[in-house]
Formats: sequence, C-alpha cells, structure tokens
Amino acid sequence: MSDASGTAKKPAALKPTPLHARHLASGARMVPYAGWDMPVEYSGITAEHLAVRSRAGVFDVSHMGEIEIAGKDALKTVQHLTSNDASRLKMGQAQYSALLTPEGTFVDDILVYRLGPNHFMLVINAANTAKAFDWITTQAKIVGEAAVVDSSPRYALIAVQGPAALDTVQPLTGADLGSVRPYWFTYGEVAQARALISRTGYTGEDGFEIFVPPNTAERVWQALLQTGQAAGVVPCGLGARDTLRLEAAMRLYGQDIDETTTPVEAGLAGIVGWNKPDFVGAERLRAQRAAGPERRLVGLEMSDRGIARHGYAVLKDGAPVGTVTSGTQTPFLKKAIAMAYVPAALATTGAHVEVDVRGRATAATVVPLPFYKRPRGIVAGL
Amino acid sequence: MAYPSDRKYTKDHEWVRLSGDTAEVGITDYAQQQLGDVVFVDLPAVGSGVTAGAAFGTIESVKAVSELFAPVTGEIVAVNERLAQAPEEVNTRPHDTWMVKIHLTGAAPDGLLDSAQYEALLT
Repeated sequence: MSDASGTAKKPAALKPTPLHARHLASGARMVPYAGWDMPVEYSGITAEHLAVRSRAGVFDVSHMGEIEIAGKDALKTVQHLTSNDASRLKMGQAQYSALLTPEGTFVDDILVYRLGPNHFMLVINAANTAKAFDWITTQAKIVGEAAVVDSSPRYALIAVQGPAALDTVQPLTGADLGSVRPYWFTYGEVAQARALISRTGYTGEDGFEIFVPPNTAERVWQALLQTGQAAGVVPCGLGARDTLRLEAAMRLYGQDIDETTTPVEAGLAGIVGWNKPDFVGAERLRAQRAAGPERRLVGLEMSDRGIARHGYAVLKDGAPVGTVTSGTQTPFLKKAIAMAYVPAALATTGAHVEVDVRGRATAATVVPLPFYKRPRGIVAGL
Repeated sequence: MAYPSDRKYTKDHEWVRLSGDTAEVGITDYAQQQLGDVVFVDLPAVGSGVTAGAAFGTIESVKAVSELFAPVTGEIVAVNERLAQAPEEVNTRPHDTWMVKIHLTGAAPDGLLDSAQYEALLT
C-alpha cells in the first residue's frame, strides 16, 4: 500500500496553533496544512462528521488569518477591495465576500466583520493570509486613509458546530447567544476569556466561531469539551471539516475557487454587490454575467461505483469537458458526491456526464447544490 | 495490536497468508490506521493476472486514494465481495479481512517480512 495522492513531505518549520499541545495530548493525527501543523482527525473522520450532524464538534481553526482595516476611509477601502456590499453591514454583522483580482477571479473568499463604523475585520484562509495582506495593503494606499493590520497572532479561533452548539457554549458565557442571528456576532467572556462570538461556520450546521486571545485558547477549548461532554460533543479535525463543508457545498479555496475562477462561474454571484460603486474585478464580472459564463460549478452525484476526486476530468461522450474540484464519499449522506466545473450547457440538474476515475469513465449526474441542508426549526432563521 | 505470526508482511504494509500455492492478501492494522476510515476498495476481476510489486487495486479512505501493490505474482482466484458493501471491515478487522486470493504462478515470493521484522519496521 502506498499513498498515490502525493501527500507532501513534512516541511521543516510548521507553525503550531495555540492548541497544538492539546491536539498532541489527545492523540490527534497531525498533518501539514498551509504551513501549520494541524489535527486532521481525532476519533476518525466519519465519527467526527456524524457527531457534528447529530450533536456538535469543536474545531481548532486558529490557522485562519485576521486582517483589520480601520480609519476614516475604512468602508471605502473594504468596498473597493471586496465583492459584496459592505455598506449594508451593521455593526455586529458579518458577510461572506471575496477579494478579487482585476480579472474578477478569487484572491480569496472571506468573511467581513463590521466591528465599528470605520473598523472591519476580514477573516482570511490560512494559505492566503500573507498574499491577501500584501494585496490589501497595496490597494488600501490607493483608496485613501485606512490602516491595515495583520492581527492573526492576536487570535485563536475555535469553532463549535452542530445542533448542540448553543447548549455547549451558552453555559460558559454571560452573552445571550440565542439572540445572535446567523452571520451576526457579539462580544462576551467565554470561560473568562474576552471573546468575539460569531454565529458562523463551515459545516452547514448551526454553530459559533469564537475568537479569543491565544493564551486563553487551552482554557476555552477544555471548557467547551467539558460542558459538551454529556451531549457527546467531540473534538474534530480538518478531515471532518472538509467532508462537512463539501456536503453543505461550501467552496474551498485552492480547490473549488482560485485565481482562475470567478464568483459568477462558482455559483457565488450572490456575494457580488452588483449595485454598489465599482470595486476591483467589477467590470469583468458584469461582462461575464451579461454574456453568461462558459462554465459553471455544479454538484455531481456518482451513479456508478467510484469516487470522484479533486483534479479528475469530467467527460461527456468520452471527451474531457471539465474538472472535478472536490469529491468524496460522504459520511452522512453515504454517497459519492463532488463539485466540478462543466460547460454551461451541461450545468442543468439531471444532466449525465462521466468522471475519469483513474482511467475508468464512471457515470455521474448533475444535482442541485447544496447536497445537504440542515433541518430547520419552525422559528425562522435558526 | 499484535501482528499474527501465521503470515508474511510487505514494506508497503500488506499482509500475505500462504497456504499451498494460494496467497490471501490484506492490509495491516498500521496501514488502516494511516488511511483512516476506508470507504471504497477497488479490486480486479477474478482471472486477472498480477505481478509482484505492481499495483493491482486501490483503496480509498474519506480523504485519499492509495494503491494496493501485489506482494506476489499470480492470478486472482477470489475477491472479497463483502468489501463492496462493508469496506469499513478493513478498519475494524484488518487482519481478518482478506481482499484477494492469488494463485501463485511465478517464482516463490521473495523479500517478505515475518511478523517480528514487520513490527521492527514500524518502530
């Protein structure tokens, strides 16, 4: 047996998160990820995935970057640099957005938090933090007066995701988390640590992302696992995070989106503020929307036995027409699913294609995204 | 987990149990731990020829695809059909879950490790 997926050798200097010692102590399997030494699984990807769908999981996502933009022209700068309309954000609100190149392709996909009238925080993918910081710094100078600070070292980030997330975090804080709506945040103490608590996540479940000072991370982590213990809350790694986000069809930078793809192609036109003043990449996006993109990101469900993986070719009548960007056998839905770019003509539900699974044309069907949508209660919005 | 002494092992973390001129092949407990949750095992059809050292199938975990290398040369005479429905048996009972049975046709297998040598390899 040998690894055919070409896993890279461990580079010399991997960064540890503030929770590194905890991961080692709990016997997590560690892997290099975007320059960080990260836990990929604790009890197993399937068990962790199912725990998040039925109970809750706690994730160390301290590798994510935070970049703050503050000053007189902060809003103008964010409006210029990001695709979504940040002027619609109230204080305490967050939005999914993107940093784009002038060609309208993704520098990164991000969350924009409005901390104050002239103060924003952008949450950046770990692999893109340095690149995004350089890009934002350069662009900010053109727009006006705003300071750009990489505040990543000031935060550890812990995500609590799943139907039991609220009951897991609430006992540890005086903040009323039930009143925090999805994509809003509040401040409070969690296990005596000063925290920004955001009702966001990357799993398709209800949950929170908790930003705390690094030197309090271990205490918060332990407290969350302790309060969640009775409900069966478990620590989860990047492996389950990936399968969970894929079922929920949340895009992964570096696979589903990158500097060659646009929000229009990626099915993310909803994070483009079409009516706001010009922003980097706007012209190309408007042209592409008007003409219609040549390719679109779609969901695939394998109809034959076989699992489509990142990079596999999508075939139509034997000829390559597209590429799989993410794929796995999902633990919860128990089927082989994938996202792939296909020509616009094939981007319709029910279209039949094949995936080249290591030399074998394997039948697949285009299905609507997301693959998984969490059951919601009668109370709207939660 | 102890590695049974009734069989041989390869440096690619497979086990081979010989009985007469037939070899049962599976993967070791160490291999299944490294792979994580196995979700798919792709095996050749009965009657296919395999060559020692060459890939004969693939095994997929949630995260990754790995190749299975034939420890011996011969012809596939049986594949474990249970794995189509229950690939997780590779995780739960790695040393009781054979994947293929190979009828040896080439020279006697060579370079295989006994359980003590294999355990030494892992430390």
